[in-house]
Order: sequence, then C-alpha cells, then structure tokens
Amino acid sequence: MLTTERGRIVLGLFAITVLGIAAVYLFGGKDSNLVTQTVVTGLLLGGVYVLVSLGLTLIFGVLGIVNFAQGAMLAMAMYLVYFMVSSAGINPYLAVVLSAPIMFGFGWLVQSTLMNRLITDVGHSRPLLVTLGLSLLISNTLLMIFGGRPLNVPSPYAGSVQILGAIADVPRIIAFVGAVIVAGGLIVILRKSPVGLAIRAVAANGTGASLVGVNVKRIYAMTFGLGAASVGVAGGLLAPFTSLVPSAGDQFTTLAFVIVVLGGLGSVPGALVGGIFIGLLQTVGSLFLPGSGPLLLVFGMFVLVLFLRPQGLFGANK
Amino acid sequence: MSLLVLDGLSKSFGGLAALGNVNLEIADREYLGIIGPNGAGKTTLLSVLAGQLRPTSGKIVFDGQDITGWSADRVASVGLVRTFQLMRPFESMTVLENVAIASHNKIRSIPKARDHAADVIDRVGLGTYKDAMSGTLPTAGLKRLELARALALEPRVLLLDEVLAGLVPTERAPIIDLLREIHQDGVTVLFVEHIMAAVLALSERLLVMHEGQQLALGVPADVIQDAAVVDAYLGEDY
Ligand SMILES: Nc1ncnc2c1ncn2[C@@H]1O[C@H](COP(=O)(O)OP(=O)(O)OP(=O)(O)O)[C@@H](O)[C@H]1O
Ligand SMILES: [Mg+2]
Repeated sequence: MLTTERGRIVLGLFAITVLGIAAVYLFGGKDSNLVTQTVVTGLLLGGVYVLVSLGLTLIFGVLGIVNFAQGAMLAMAMYLVYFMVSSAGINPYLAVVLSAPIMFGFGWLVQSTLMNRLITDVGHSRPLLVTLGLSLLISNTLLMIFGGRPLNVPSPYAGSVQILGAIADVPRIIAFVGAVIVAGGLIVILRKSPVGLAIRAVAANGTGASLVGVNVKRIYAMTFGLGAASVGVAGGLLAPFTSLVPSAGDQFTTLAFVIVVLGGLGSVPGALVGGIFIGLLQTVGSLFLPGSGPLLLVFGMFVLVLFLRPQGLFGANK
Repeated sequence: MSLLVLDGLSKSFGGLAALGNVNLEIADREYLGIIGPNGAGKTTLLSVLAGQLRPTSGKIVFDGQDITGWSADRVASVGLVRTFQLMRPFESMTVLENVAIASHNKIRSIPKARDHAADVIDRVGLGTYKDAMSGTLPTAGLKRLELARALALEPRVLLLDEVLAGLVPTERAPIIDLLREIHQDGVTVLFVEHIMAAVLALSERLLVMHEGQQLALGVPADVIQDAAVVDAYLGEDY
C-alpha cells in the first residue's frame, strides 16, 4: 500500500524523469534516435542497478549494517551460475533459479552461525567486520578455485532486438525484467507473509518485536538469507554480460550504496525507483557531459537528496 | 500454587541497585498493583520479568518452570507479556499489522491471524483505526494499541507499565473497565501505575517499591495507611 506521501514522491520523480527526457528531446539539440537509444540503454542499466541494490537495502534496513560482502557475494553467485552451466550444461537462466535457494542457504548460515553470535548490546560493529572478512574470504576462495583469468557465461539468448528504433541487448532486457520480478517478489513477501511482517517489525523496532514474540535472531537470519538470494539472482542475471573475475561484483557496490541511501534504507520500492532513475541520469547525462561527468551528476544528486531528505526518498520519517 | 515466583531477584546497573532482592509470590488470576516513586525500580522489575533484562541474581519461576535468563520472545510466547510506559509501535505499519504480528505467534494462517487481530483491536476500542498507520495515532490510541498487541499474544500474565499515564480522566475510564474485564477473563495482572484511584479500584494486593526494595505488600487499604509508605511515597501527593 502506498501512503499518500510515498505516492507523491513516486509521481514527482516520475514527472521529473518524463519532463527531463522530454526536455532533452526538445531542447537538447541531439538526434532523436540517439536520445531514444540513450533512454533505452539507461532503463536497462537501471535494471542492473536495481538488481544489485535489492539485497543490500534489505540487509541494511533490517540488520542496520552495510554488507561489505555484497560485491563478493555477487561474484560468488556469478561463479555459481558459471559452474552449473559449464559442468552440467544447463540453461543459465535455470541456473539463476537454482542459485537463489543456494545463496539463501548461504546467507542464512552466515547470519545464524557467525553474525548472530556477535550481535550484542555493544552495537553492530562486530557483525560489520564479519562482512568485511567474509568479502575477503569469498574473493580469495573464488580466486583459488577459478583463477583470475576472465571467464564468461554464454547466454542462449545473446543478440539484440529493436525497441522504438533503439537497439536493446536481450540478456539485459531479461535482467531488467528479472529486477522487476525480484523487487515485486520481495514486496509481496514483506507485505503479505508472516515472516515479512516480522521482518518489517524488526526493522522498525527490534526490542518491540521480541516482546510480541518475534525471534529476532531468526528474523535476522531470514533477512540475510533473502538478501543473499536477491544477490544470487542478480549475479546470475548479470553474468551473461559481465566479464567474470573474482572482483566482478565490486564495480557495482558504490552505486548500489548510493541507490540504497537515495531510496531509503530497507525500502524495496525505493531501490527499484532509485536504481532506474540513476541509470537514466547516468546515460542521459553522458549525452552532454564527457568522461566521468555523468557520475558527478549522480553523486551531486545524491548529496542534494541527502541534504533535502536525509531519510531517503522512501525512508520512514524519523 | 503461585503462578509467578520471584526469588531474590536483583538487578544492578553499574553500582546502582535498581532492584534489590525482591521476593514475591503472585497467585494465578491475581491483580497486583505496584506503586512507588520515580526511579523505584518498577519498570526495571517488569523488564526483568519480560526477559528484556537479565537479572544480576535471583530466579523467576513461571507456572512451575524456571524461566530466568530466557529471551524476551520466548518469555512472551509462554504468556508473560509486557506493555511499555513509552509507546513504541511499529510506526511504518498499520494498526492491524502491528497487532497481527502478535497474533501470528499462535496462528500460522494469515487470514486467521488478521481476523484475530481485528477482534482484539475492536475489543480495545480501536476498530475505526484498523488501517491507519500506527505512527499517526494520538496518545490514547497508542496506549490502546500497546494493550492490543499484548492481548493478541493471549497472555496468562500481563505486565502493564503505566497504561493510564498521559490520558485524561474521560479516556481512562474505558481502559479501566477493559482492564477489569481482562482480569475477570482469567488473566493475572501486574499493574504498575501512578494514578492511585485506578490502582485502588483494581488491585487485590498492593506492592510498594522504594529504591529497588519492597517497602510494603498487602491489602491496598492497609498498605496506604502504613506510615513508612506515606513517608516514602504518598506524602507529597496526599
Ligand atoms: N538501562 C538502564 N541503565 C542504567 N540505569 C537504569 C537503566 N534503567 C533504569 N535505570 C535506573 O534504575 C532505577 C530504576 O528505574 P526504573 O525505570 O525501573 O524506575 P520506575 O520505578 O519505573 O520509575 P518511573 O516511575 O519514573 O517510571 C533508576 O534510578 C534508573 O535511573
Ligand atoms: Mg517506569
């Protein structure tokens, strides 16, 4: 359910985006085909950003820690899909579906065996360090098993299609659709299931949740598991157009963090809207700004939002 | 047999003994009022009983079972449930969702838990606010929500921390009636409250605390006559 405030923010952001794109068409002085191509590329890039942000925002929102292992877990999921495809010869998208429960189990295990033991009254710094250690552990294990030579996962649907005259890469379209499905799935779980209800309660107030009978540590484990499963799907969907090295996930983490803060910690709709917006901003910005100009635009926007609305676009008022 | 036994219960924060050697037996279906000046340790007592704070020493026995050191969710699940002096709902969730979380403790099915939660919400008189965001409720509504969340757990013992504070007398009356009803339904109540009229109207026994100690315990009418109690606590207000 959208509260009216959220509704206004979605409408506002949508209006800004549409007006911005319209302005570029009308006054940008660029060839309209080029603009269309840029918008389509931006939307697809946004889909990638949404994918890498979902798990991060969930874990951040509920456990209150930045998961430093996000990038490494993304690479882990990519290699998992690579392994299934190369050893069993299955369709990579079937491998994506299989990697989700495996990554869930991994996340659940990490949280319940390592991190839950370290969560005490002193705060969250120790679990935070665990994720840092986990990141190094995963990267080096991947390096040991698969080596540092770039690998690739061939997509059976490689190629491109035309959308409104713009060329779109099919694996990226699939990733975009996957991003929307994962976001939608998470929203349904959070809104409609007993576990989702408990997850939101723990995010809002852990002590209060424990007093109505919620086992907070179990919910932490479920959350880390769900976050890891989202990362699992993300990694698998990105693998067909990513050069696979153990550090392949790291390129996404800075922007994922920006999107999570922008959208509001723990907000799945925020990550969805924020990711697509940043993707568009970056590509459309590249029409006018050379080099790393578009990134400056993104970080400028980030600082502006932090200044005007520190809780993020979709964050709860505090 | 007593439903709840506190055996030499103590809790210190650093050097401060917020609770010092509390010994108490509470009978099944008893309504025990607890009064005492600010800082007497009333809230601390409830927090220790609810499993939120681990006692420094002593033992808590509930229904014949030693529950000392149990986690808060486990204590809540066996029926020892507290409310907060300062209300902290899950603000970004609706009133119904707030209560449904508690209902899910005993009920798996989502529609059944929602129905259960809705019934409890009606019972505390919050029916018209079911779908409101809980963060938007006025004080009186938040107090009722605290009660609803606790009741949805179907408690055997309710630990109430100043549920009447911050309410005007017209808002208090229906809650006092509700508390009486809950008690008549067979729930044991530990009732921490500053509003003496309500304490005297509801309590079967009265415990007076002072600096973490039991100052007096007995029939309310007798206890408030006690000279030490009048000195320590009632003196200013009487
Ligand atoms: N978490 C804590 N850390 C340190 N000291 C605490 C803590 N909680 C309570 N205290 C101290 O313990 C003592 C008892 O506090 P408590 O809140 O139990 O009193 P109370 O009887 O509930 O008072 P009031 O009527 O004001 O609610 C006070 O001196 C308080 O400052
Ligand atoms: Mg108190």
